[in-house]
Amino acid sequence: MTGPPRDTVAFAGASPRTLVIAKPSTRHLLIAAMLVMALVIPFVLKSFFVFQLTLVMVYGLAILGLNLLTGFNGQFSLGHSAFYGIGAYTAAILMEQLDLAYYWTLPCAGAVCFLVGFLFGLPALRLQGLYLALATFALATAMPQILKFQPLEPLTGGVQGIVIMKPDPPPGVPLNADQWLYFFTLAVLLVMFAGATSLVKSRTGRAIMAIRDHPIAAATMGINTALYKTLTFGVSALYTGVAGALGAIAIQFVAPDSFTFLLSVSLLVGLVVGGVGSIPGSLFGGVFVLFVPNIAERVSTGLAGAIYGVILLLVIYVMPSGAAGFVRFAAARLEAKGKPR
Amino acid sequence: MKKITRRSILTAAPAAITFIALPARAEKQYGPGVTDTEIKIGNTVPYSGPASSYGTIGKAEAAYFRMLNDQGGVNGRKINFISYDDAYSPPKTVEQVRKLVEEDGVLLMLAPLGTPTNSAIQRYLNQKKVPQLFVATGATKWNDPKHFPWTMGWQPNYQSEGHVYAAYIIEHQPSGKIGVLYQNDDFGKDYLRGLRDGLGEKAKSMLVVEAPYETTDPTVDSQIISMKSAGADVFVNTGIPKFAAQAIRKTAEIDWKPLHILSSVGNSVGAALKPAGLENAKDIVSDFYIKDPTDPQWKNDPGYQQWAAFMDKYYPEGDKTDAGNVVGPSFCQTLVQVLKQCGDNLTRENIMKEAANLHDFTVPMLLPGIKINTSPTDFAPIKQIQMARFDGERWKLFGPVLSGEISG
Repeated sequence: MTGPPRDTVAFAGASPRTLVIAKPSTRHLLIAAMLVMALVIPFVLKSFFVFQLTLVMVYGLAILGLNLLTGFNGQFSLGHSAFYGIGAYTAAILMEQLDLAYYWTLPCAGAVCFLVGFLFGLPALRLQGLYLALATFALATAMPQILKFQPLEPLTGGVQGIVIMKPDPPPGVPLNADQWLYFFTLAVLLVMFAGATSLVKSRTGRAIMAIRDHPIAAATMGINTALYKTLTFGVSALYTGVAGALGAIAIQFVAPDSFTFLLSVSLLVGLVVGGVGSIPGSLFGGVFVLFVPNIAERVSTGLAGAIYGVILLLVIYVMPSGAAGFVRFAAARLEAKGKPR
Repeated sequence: MKKITRRSILTAAPAAITFIALPARAEKQYGPGVTDTEIKIGNTVPYSGPASSYGTIGKAEAAYFRMLNDQGGVNGRKINFISYDDAYSPPKTVEQVRKLVEEDGVLLMLAPLGTPTNSAIQRYLNQKKVPQLFVATGATKWNDPKHFPWTMGWQPNYQSEGHVYAAYIIEHQPSGKIGVLYQNDDFGKDYLRGLRDGLGEKAKSMLVVEAPYETTDPTVDSQIISMKSAGADVFVNTGIPKFAAQAIRKTAEIDWKPLHILSSVGNSVGAALKPAGLENAKDIVSDFYIKDPTDPQWKNDPGYQQWAAFMDKYYPEGDKTDAGNVVGPSFCQTLVQVLKQCGDNLTRENIMKEAANLHDFTVPMLLPGIKINTSPTDFAPIKQIQMARFDGERWKLFGPVLSGEISG
């Protein structure tokens, strides 16, 4: 295999195994604590912050999609903004044209993206590493223009985009729209994360990772590399597409300019910062993608871009294997200290 | 309607307020973000990303409010101008605007920039009843007080420019055959719609070629050739600078000499005419509403001098040839007028009421004679423009100030 994927192997190699070995009790406690926090937060904090957290989960889910492809299967993609956009537009068009309820748009967006991802995965089979990155880059650059394309305008609304209504909580539920959307997103997120975790732990997951670690060996062991690679592409697109649909519902607006190549780069940054090949790390990636540009801007409006760059460099320097790697490292350190010498 | 000047408003303000705020005579009424000493105002501009060249507008606005605060603010209140980067990305705009409204608690949004970005926040702001004032985009849809009573435009919209072109053509080439080059999106179609409405009955016979281009097209050569071969003798060129320049060049190359009308979007000397060749651009007609800061005829104009002095003192690093630095402070000045009219009744409702109550107001960098007028049914502050002809070096204004408003 060519250069770049090997790096990801280095980042990710140990992740799933160490996670399993790490003390399950502390880990479960931590997850439980986080869940409780997640349930309490919307009642304590302002609705704007609740909305931001909803977006964090949306980006986290999109990054998880990319992670399945890049972190676990070793395939590169700069085109995930396109899948995110397709998911968002599928949701928006279904809600606008067919008056479909917002929750039904998620499976539809997932299905459409799975299909597109799977089909795109077919030619991508022949491409590896940087070449695949380029091919997916093409997809990302094409997407905004396809969305503006004249014949599709009755459907996509052209450059104007589509404005959608924010879903109200079901009658009788004492929540405001932001809180409701937060819990809805949280529920989807938990289901999707659980799905990804069990996928990675399964026989299929091992096959997917075997292809990343050594495609030839994997093939020799009887793994249908072509099938698994295209399927991973499809599943990855599905995750990102569902995130796109959730994002469209939260933002209440889709336009071609929302799904440019820059979004792909943001997702990639989130992936690396969160931890390549780490499922919970994806969520941290979402936090980074959403909050760090705001922090950078607070420091200096004129130099926001430069400060963002500096923060990114620092993060990569301090946490070379992403947030997930950092947590594992810190946990290992603490454990070593606690043990008698 | 009675004419109102700035001074008469100041004297009449207390009286006006009694009418507006019936029971609370002389009592202060504040919306969110207002205190006795401060008014919080929100804004989004792309400081980063593909459209970051517009970032200077936000900086010029911030500089303007710095100057205003140094001079004592508005009615004794300082302006706290909070401007965030949205990178021209609609989801980011939604996030930043929600932050401004819900967290920073601004009274209103001033001049958020961009058509897709403003579309993304329009419904939210109207639901929350937060004024979205003087949006920095020329789309026609911002003038829709019936459906969006909290959103107001500022600059002449593309459609009213189209009206003016139609009037100009009817006057100068009444039996002309018109070819139109337009971008295949809202912005281009706004021009086309304005032109067609302006021509009225005559549109059918006069508009011979409607040639759209996509921003992805490499050139617009074939569109120009098709116009010439269709016998058009009027060319309305509404392209963005890149395509406007190509069209000007091609017109010269194929030796086609129509009455060439260039829209304000593509009339930058630096961005469009120079690349097309200044000699090719001679005699082209276009329209303006602000003073071009590079035009030497304004050197001794008090409005220009005032602006230049402001730029030197408060925004010295700003580019004085960039029209964005002219527009930014002008947005601010219009808002300041609205705030003055509001007096001590600074509720969001009253802001909208006074924003829709501007009469013959002007700011220093608008062309002489161009007035800002609004009413409860008219949310398009600037509707007038003046035509100019390119003399091979620079634009020369001519004729009267024209109105894009064609009633009926």
